[in-house]
Amino acid sequence: MDTILSVKDLEVEFSTYGGTVKAVRGVSFDVTRGETLAIVGESGCGKSVTVQSLMGLIPMPPGRITNGTATLNGKSILNLPAAEANKFRGVEIGMIFQDPMSSLNPTMTIGDQIAETLKVHRGKSDREAFSMAVELLERTHIPEASKRAKQYPFEFSGGMLQRAMIAQSLACNPAILIADEPTTALDVTIQAQILELMLELQRTENMSIILITHDLAVVARMADRVAVMYAGQVIESGTVDDIFYRSSHPYTLGLKEAMPSNTHDRDKSLTPILGSPPDLFKPPTGCGYCARCPYAMSVCAEHLPPATRISESHEAKCWLHHATAPRIKELHQLDDQDAG
Amino acid sequence: MLVRTEKLKKHFTIGKGQILHAVDGISLTIDENEILGLVGESGSGKSTFGKALIGLHPRTSGEAYYNGERLPDRFSTKDHLHYSKQMQMIFQDPYSSLNPRMTVLDIVGEGPTIQGQQSNLEIRDKVAFWLERVGLNADHMSRYPHEFSGGQRQRIGIARAMIIEPRFVVCDEPISALDVSVQAQVINLLDELKQSMGLTLLFIAHDLSMVRYVSDRMAVMYLGSLTEVGPSNDVFFEPQHPYTQFLVESNPEPDPNLERSRAFKPIVGEITSPVNVDAGCRFADRCPRVMDRCQVETPELIAISGDRQVACHLFD
Repeated sequence: MDTILSVKDLEVEFSTYGGTVKAVRGVSFDVTRGETLAIVGESGCGKSVTVQSLMGLIPMPPGRITNGTATLNGKSILNLPAAEANKFRGVEIGMIFQDPMSSLNPTMTIGDQIAETLKVHRGKSDREAFSMAVELLERTHIPEASKRAKQYPFEFSGGMLQRAMIAQSLACNPAILIADEPTTALDVTIQAQILELMLELQRTENMSIILITHDLAVVARMADRVAVMYAGQVIESGTVDDIFYRSSHPYTLGLKEAMPSNTHDRDKSLTPILGSPPDLFKPPTGCGYCARCPYAMSVCAEHLPPATRISESHEAKCWLHHATAPRIKELHQLDDQDAG
Repeated sequence: MLVRTEKLKKHFTIGKGQILHAVDGISLTIDENEILGLVGESGSGKSTFGKALIGLHPRTSGEAYYNGERLPDRFSTKDHLHYSKQMQMIFQDPYSSLNPRMTVLDIVGEGPTIQGQQSNLEIRDKVAFWLERVGLNADHMSRYPHEFSGGQRQRIGIARAMIIEPRFVVCDEPISALDVSVQAQVINLLDELKQSMGLTLLFIAHDLSMVRYVSDRMAVMYLGSLTEVGPSNDVFFEPQHPYTQFLVESNPEPDPNLERSRAFKPIVGEITSPVNVDAGCRFADRCPRVMDRCQVETPELIAISGDRQVACHLFD
């Protein structure tokens, strides 16, 4: 397959007064052309830090990339000097953020902000850049784009701002769009519009999307492949069907059990995941999830589980997949159960 | 029925003859020991309704009744003291709703202290009891809010409301700020408290799946008015009002097969401004089945079957 972005063994840490936080602890994934990879996990699992370090957005210090490689079309993109990084940031990889209000400059009109991208990266003239900005706003279905381009961010609603951010990220036709919780701040009807827009643009531009989210329902709608992160590591990865119908890590199972599914009747109560994630100042030597895992064994606390290949597309890091581990109904029934 | 409102309105004057119709004539009943879910988009007025109901906002017009008693339009300090024994609120943001300079003991014990009648020692024991009850360690009562995680803070907020042993609690987006794994912990706790204390809850949220799961009945709000009320499963699985239909269709579900088979066009446009609203259906300018009548005549909430109500001219 046509891999554009390849990340291997990425490790990121931050020095703070309280000590060193190991935010990302060995993350690897690939992105192929035209696909959507969703990185899911709860707050503090390192999903945003992972993509920010790819984009060179980690403030250093206090941040530090201590290990790993990331290659975009064969070129390394980690630890580049700013001038080098600016050649691919916003050009080959576009990014949109959770909070468009604070990500746009409140003192510049929307049109000027998009035009700036075009002037810097493509050397367009003021006038040309502005008219291209208006076209981009039209492509993201902003009504009366030429009028709206002259307005400031405060005159836009949350949904419209996110459209404007997408328009800006598309300015240089990036091969990859990184969307960091793009719809978390939006209402469900507006979320549906933005997700639809992203899918539409992906089809027309053959763009890859890395979607960072905590919402499994959004993952189900958008993703081709999924990486589930916990405590700075990818603990399970596979196609969207692998993750939802053949979950092979107790954490993924736990997340699904904690959510109401819509066939779920009210009598069956939700199963919360007890406890909270480990302290990444002192990362656990074994599996990060073992303190909350209902199936934890003594080996889990002592040794990091290796990645087990469940199928061609599917991998999980859990000792339960070891040949000598007890068989757990919920994890191993997958062999005979199909997605349907 | 424990709580009832009759055409409750809350308008805010925002200067220069501009009036913001946050809540515009809501008539709703909540039965004893029932969880009523109130859903709607941001700006639909659901939080304002909850606050107006328990006296945190004075009402502009309309009536509110609790246990048969008419609640005053504007609560005096005495009214607050009186009704707060029976009506409490749990807030959305577990960070800004707890005073960072107060210990957990002060925060949770503040209600009983203001109510008087109890010695400090009794209050301390009660705080300890309630902290354990919501799943926190009673030894932590001398800690400050910043020493707790989001889910733990939300439990502190729940303990603060419950220590009064109210009959009616308004939960304003109690789980929106929490991670999925922790949301289930809080939902199960609320459900358990409802069972054991016979609580009545108004559960305000924008997460449709969660509201359907939690509540007995569901009410849908759009721009200050109700579009549909009925048993949660009925409203969710067979929405009648065009807006409810859009809301349900927009709601993604954690099931890739279902999402792939969904033939759905997102609703166009956005919620309009609630400033200086004229007569007519609030949803008319976005509604795919809009009629002439919808532009001029405000639809009333009418019963379409025993327990379902819809405010839409299609059902007249």
